[in-house]
Amino acid sequence: MDAKVAQRLAEVLTARREAILQGWMSTVRETLRGRLSDAELRRQIDEIYVALVATLESGATTVSASSASDLTGVLADLTRSRAQHGFSATETAISVFALKEPVREVIGEDTAALSDHAAFSGFIDQLGLYTFETYVAARDALINEQAEQLLELSTPVVKLWEGIVAVPLVGTLDSARSQVVMERLLQALVDSGSPFAILDITGVPAIDTQVAQHIMKTIVAAQLMGAQCVISGIRPQIAQTIVSLGIEFGEIVTKANLADALQYALRQQDVEIVRRNGRSAV
Amino acid sequence: MDRIPVLTLADVLLVSIQVDLEDQLALRLQDDLAERIVATGARGVIIDITALDIVDSFVGRTLATIASVSKVLDAETIVVGMRPAVAITLVELGLQLPGVRTALNIELGLAMLAASRFVESRAGDVADAAPASS
Repeated sequence: MDAKVAQRLAEVLTARREAILQGWMSTVRETLRGRLSDAELRRQIDEIYVALVATLESGATTVSASSASDLTGVLADLTRSRAQHGFSATETAISVFALKEPVREVIGEDTAALSDHAAFSGFIDQLGLYTFETYVAARDALINEQAEQLLELSTPVVKLWEGIVAVPLVGTLDSARSQVVMERLLQALVDSGSPFAILDITGVPAIDTQVAQHIMKTIVAAQLMGAQCVISGIRPQIAQTIVSLGIEFGEIVTKANLADALQYALRQQDVEIVRRNGRSAV
Repeated sequence: MDRIPVLTLADVLLVSIQVDLEDQLALRLQDDLAERIVATGARGVIIDITALDIVDSFVGRTLATIASVSKVLDAETIVVGMRPAVAITLVELGLQLPGVRTALNIELGLAMLAASRFVESRAGDVADAAPASS
């Protein structure tokens, strides 16, 4: 598409604005099935239309041209908002592609007009692809953000007793998460001055050599800092896996459940729990 | 700074390392500590490394040597305040601090010294009290 064709198209788009917008609106409205109000849709479409006409008037022939930056900006904003509100990639791209048909209807039937329309069609295809790329990027960003939030949420460090903290691990442990757990636990030890930590893995569905390695590194690091670390909540399958993988926990203390681990920790600190009627409970 | 100050706190020597522990400085500290333990008759040494960002193999070995030397002079060494990042690095490098006891902070370090001295005195009492029965 050369600059002259672009300008010719801009003229057509300006002259037949209402007819084209009506056709475009109705197609897009159908694909969105009422999930967007007419007024909102109209506003979005107007915005794209104005930017598109301005771009064609300036003679831009590709999406990457500098004079098309307004148009791509508008499209990017629209796509991002669609991606965040759960519209599919197809629904987003159709909002752009749906412009072809109404333009063909108003542009006329002669050969010159059809060749103009073919060029216009190519340009719209580029815009469609651009929205698709933006859509994917927006969704990726969303997923990354959520993964980070999950990481933050899923590693609480709780204080069980004076000088005893516990880290209940829930969900699959991968290297990145083990790293976060490791740092959070060690920092919590420093902040709270607790010489005892319990790593509870009741909620961990599976364990592999790498994760076991990370857990052991955490424990050795805690020992280097002067704190003692106990693992609790090892489920039968995990115990079997640990043995069959040949992972050696060495001198690291492991307990079946959190209660046992807490009891062990209390005893290490010379704390005794006694029932009110005088019989020893520990 | 050409040497690291060694403070005397009752029968404990307290060393707080606030600067990068260069090789010369580390060796000097080792000498100073040995002399001070003998001079003061200290029973414990606490080395605070809260301010240290890096503990390399040389510093690690120096700490281990200090611990061994003080052991010979009948003083127990406790390294306190190791940062998480330092501990992680040591583990990743596979370095250990053999023979060095550690605590999270000075308070816990002092408590640890007191506890081990208590155990020691009890053991001494038992040994004194019942030599004939064994």
